[in-house]
This record gives sequence, C-alpha cells and structure tokens, in this order.
Amino acid sequence: MNRRSRYSAFPYLLWMSVFIIVPLILILVFAFTTTVKFDNTGNRLTNDQAAELIADWEASGKAGDFPVKEKFYFTFDNIIQVGNYSSTLINSVILASIATVICLFLGYPFAYMVSRMRVSRQKIMIMFIMLPMWMNFLLRTYAWMTLLEKNGWINRFLELFGIGPFEMINTQGAVVLGMIYNFLPYMILPLYSVMTKIDDHTIEAAYDLGANRVKALTKVILPLSMPGIASGITMVFVPAVSTFIISKLLGGGTNMLIGDLIELQFLGNTYNPHLGSAISLVLLVFVLLCISVTNQLDSDKTEGVLL
Amino acid sequence: MKKLPSRVYYIFLFGFLYIPIFVLIANSFNASKSRNVWTGFTFDWYVKLFNDADIMSALANTIIIALIASTVATVLGTAAAIGIFNMKNTARTVIMNATYLPIINPEIVTGVSLMLLFVFLKINLGFLTLILSHITFCLPYVILCVLPKLRQMDIHLYEAAMDLGCNRRQAFRKVVIPEITTGIITGFLMSLTYSIDDFVISYFTSGPTSQTLPITIFSMTRRKVSPKLNALSAIIFVIVLAVLLVMNVREIKASKKNKNRR
Repeated sequence: MNRRSRYSAFPYLLWMSVFIIVPLILILVFAFTTTVKFDNTGNRLTNDQAAELIADWEASGKAGDFPVKEKFYFTFDNIIQVGNYSSTLINSVILASIATVICLFLGYPFAYMVSRMRVSRQKIMIMFIMLPMWMNFLLRTYAWMTLLEKNGWINRFLELFGIGPFEMINTQGAVVLGMIYNFLPYMILPLYSVMTKIDDHTIEAAYDLGANRVKALTKVILPLSMPGIASGITMVFVPAVSTFIISKLLGGGTNMLIGDLIELQFLGNTYNPHLGSAISLVLLVFVLLCISVTNQLDSDKTEGVLL
Repeated sequence: MKKLPSRVYYIFLFGFLYIPIFVLIANSFNASKSRNVWTGFTFDWYVKLFNDADIMSALANTIIIALIASTVATVLGTAAAIGIFNMKNTARTVIMNATYLPIINPEIVTGVSLMLLFVFLKINLGFLTLILSHITFCLPYVILCVLPKLRQMDIHLYEAAMDLGCNRRQAFRKVVIPEITTGIITGFLMSLTYSIDDFVISYFTSGPTSQTLPITIFSMTRRKVSPKLNALSAIIFVIVLAVLLVMNVREIKASKKNKNRR
C-alpha cells in the first residue's frame, strides 16, 4: 500500500467534521449566546409578541416577508444559569459515583474468579454476563418497574414474611439500582479482559515469595488489573451520570438528573436550546476531566481496553 | 471450604441479572392485564403484539435504518481505516483521537448536538436524520474493528503480490481485502446491533413521523399497563440467546479445529 491510499480516509474526515465537529461547535456557540427576536422595522420583540406576529402572518396567507428576525448575542447568562441547577448536578454525580463503586465491588471478584476458570467455562460465564446487556436498555429498566412497584413482586414476597410494603419505586435508591443493573456488565467485561492476561505463575510466584492472600491481591493482582479498573469506571460512570431514562422510569418525576435537565431544554415544554447547550457543555467538560483522571490510574499506558 | 461462598456469590449475581428478565417473560404469558396478579396462561399478548401496527412499522423502520446505516458506515469506515493506516504518525494520532470522541462523548450530548445541527440546517427531523446520525455513531466502531486487522497484516504479502505481477488494484483485492474481511464483518455486525439498540441519539433526532422500535418501547413504558411489552421482551431475549449460543458454539468448534491442526 502506498501514500496515495491515505486519501481514502477523506470521505470519513468530511463526514466527521460535519456530523461530530460542527455539532460540538454549535453546542459551544449556543451555550454562549442568546436569541433575540426583532420585527422587520428593527424593534425588539418578546417571545409572545413574535409568536403573535407569526400567527398573523400565517393567517394573512403568508403575505410578504417572514415577520420575525432572529439574532444571536454573546452572553454568559446561560453558563451562570447552570449554577441554579447545581443541586441536580451534584445529585447526579453522587448517585452515579455510588453506582460505579458498587459495580466495582460487585464485579471485581467475579471478573477475577472467572478469569481463573477453564477457558470453555470462561466463555459461557461471559456469555451470560453479556446476554442482559444485549437486551434493550429500556426493557431492562422496565423489568425493574414491575419488581419495585408498590404492589410489585418484591413487596409481595416480603409480605409473606410480614414485612413491608416498602416505598421502593420513585426513590433515589431505585435510580442507583437501575444504574447498577444496567451498567454492571460494562464493569465486568473490561476487568475480565485485563485479568485473563494475568499469568497464574505471577500469582504463584508471589505466594512462593511469602506473600499471603491479602498481599498477593494488593501487590500483584490489583496493580496488574488497574487498566481494567480505569476503563470499567469510565464505562459505568459516564453513561450513569448522563442518563435520563433510568431516572424517568425508576425515579418518577421527582429525582431529576443532569440528563433530565438537558432533555427538558430540548424536548420539554421549556424549549431553550441555549440553556440546554450550556448544561451539555458543563457535562461534557466534566466527563472529559473524569476520563483524564481515571486514565492516570492506568499509568503504564497499556493499550486501551475500550472493549 | 472455599466453594460455598463463591457459589452463593455466583447465584446472587446471576439472580440479580436474570430474575427481572424472567419475571417479564413469565408475565408475558399472564392472562391478567395487571403485572402483579396471575390469572391464567395465555398467548394473547403475542398475538396482540404482532397485530399492533405501530410496533410493526417501528420494527420495519428499525431494520431498514440499521441496514442502510451499517452498510454506509462499513464502506466509509473501511475506506477510512485503510487511509488512516497509510498516514504519517502525527496525522494518524490526531484523527484517531477525534474518532474516539463520539465513543467517550455521553450519548445525550451527541444526540443533542446532532439535533442542533439538523435544526440549524433546517432539515426536518425524521427518517433521513435518523440514518445520518446512526451512520455517525457507527463509523468509529467500524474503524476500530478494521484498523487492528490492517496492523496484523503482513505488509510483505502485498509487496510480494506486486512483485509477482499484480497491479495495485489486484494486489489490494486479492491480498488486503481477504486479510481484513473478518474485521469488516465484525464492524458491520457491531454497527447493526448498536443501530438496532440505540435509543438516546434516536430520541433526539427522530421526528414525530418516523419512530424506531426503542422509541416505541419508550412511549409504551410511559403508559400504566402494557403487557405487549413483556411479550416483546421475551422474544428479544430468545433471539439474543440464540445468537449468542450460535456464536459461542462456532467459536468453540473453531478453537477445537485449531488444536487438531497443531
């Protein structure tokens, strides 16, 4: 192959500039601007006045020019406004962190034990971890709605023992549970793929040199599995902190997350893409910061284990 | 002594993963509309599911969009991987970092940014915008599947083919393409699954007219009672299980063959 074949990447580069780079720039632009509406003589309009003018124009059979002009003005207002929602932002980060930590503690021993099995057995175990992952995300979350309801299966089961009923759905706990359930495989798989590469002899050598089980874990297994931990944390935390479905289905209307805020600005009644872009920008910057921090865990910079 | 705790742990973990799904499947045969009372066995919900025009048209949309998007993404992505492979180091690093961007980007940000783009360009949200956005989020996965195959390939094979009288096009078709075919197929299948499964990005880029299956599922979960959803879950579960089983059996057979050869 030769240098000339590098031009075959050109259509892709064009595609990515239009559909990835430009949209991100648009987010940046929208986050730092606000739309002001004018009529054709240059008078400033409120939203209601503009809507009225457009309605009149349509009623008149669309005679003449479109009556409303829009201009973008630079402003920091949107970014400042994001501060009003800081409690929601902090809440999302806390819930996603709890879910990530529980996934790590739940998944780590499993990934380790599976990586020490016979290869044919490993394949089967991993298949059964991947299976729920391949089910649609919404159906998985919907399954928990059935279980957690007030007269759902868990409460009825507890009733047999004379306990409950508990208020489980529409709580923060339900949201965390939904995150753990949906994203646990994303923790196990990168952990497992790193741990299969740990040679049994390395661990045996640690024992031979006098390490007890705790020492072998902290001095050998843990450091060697760091890249898996790093990518597992990212792969659970990023979707968990930005979700809006889990909080919608399991959290009721009351437990809003960052994702819900963004969705509300773009598809809700309070259509405000400028504020929505500002929140998205904050989320994006935060996520990128988190990823660069977790990448520090993987100090050796072994090859990326993004599945 | 060591066996019991680990067994309890496995049962707990798999129980946690599978009990919700099995409850859904059990409910799909429940004659009662309520999710919580068992009144008898029925196949009604399956019949109603297949007679639901909304769900069936959403299913058709999903499949058409997935096929178009993954085909385009596979062609563009394979060409891109070949191009990137032949680039100088700095250009390659920059482009690969940009390729990772949509993967690490939270899905909601990708969805919202694409929506902004389409609104800005005054393209009506609908079938076209869905295809465009699906191609966009599938492309990186194709590249990440094909590029490693190119790296594993022995470049001398290509040169040998040229020495033996192939022209560039022939050498490419007869040597390079067969070497990277598995990568291309994996890329295509990954695109297909991501496209069929995607909710978040489709949610922001689909108009009111053309819906995909996940979006229809979402609107069904918003209703109080929707037993058809249970039937749908059961069907999807069985399909996924079958696909995974076939894949695993083939893999095990292939590895056995390799062993025999050695």
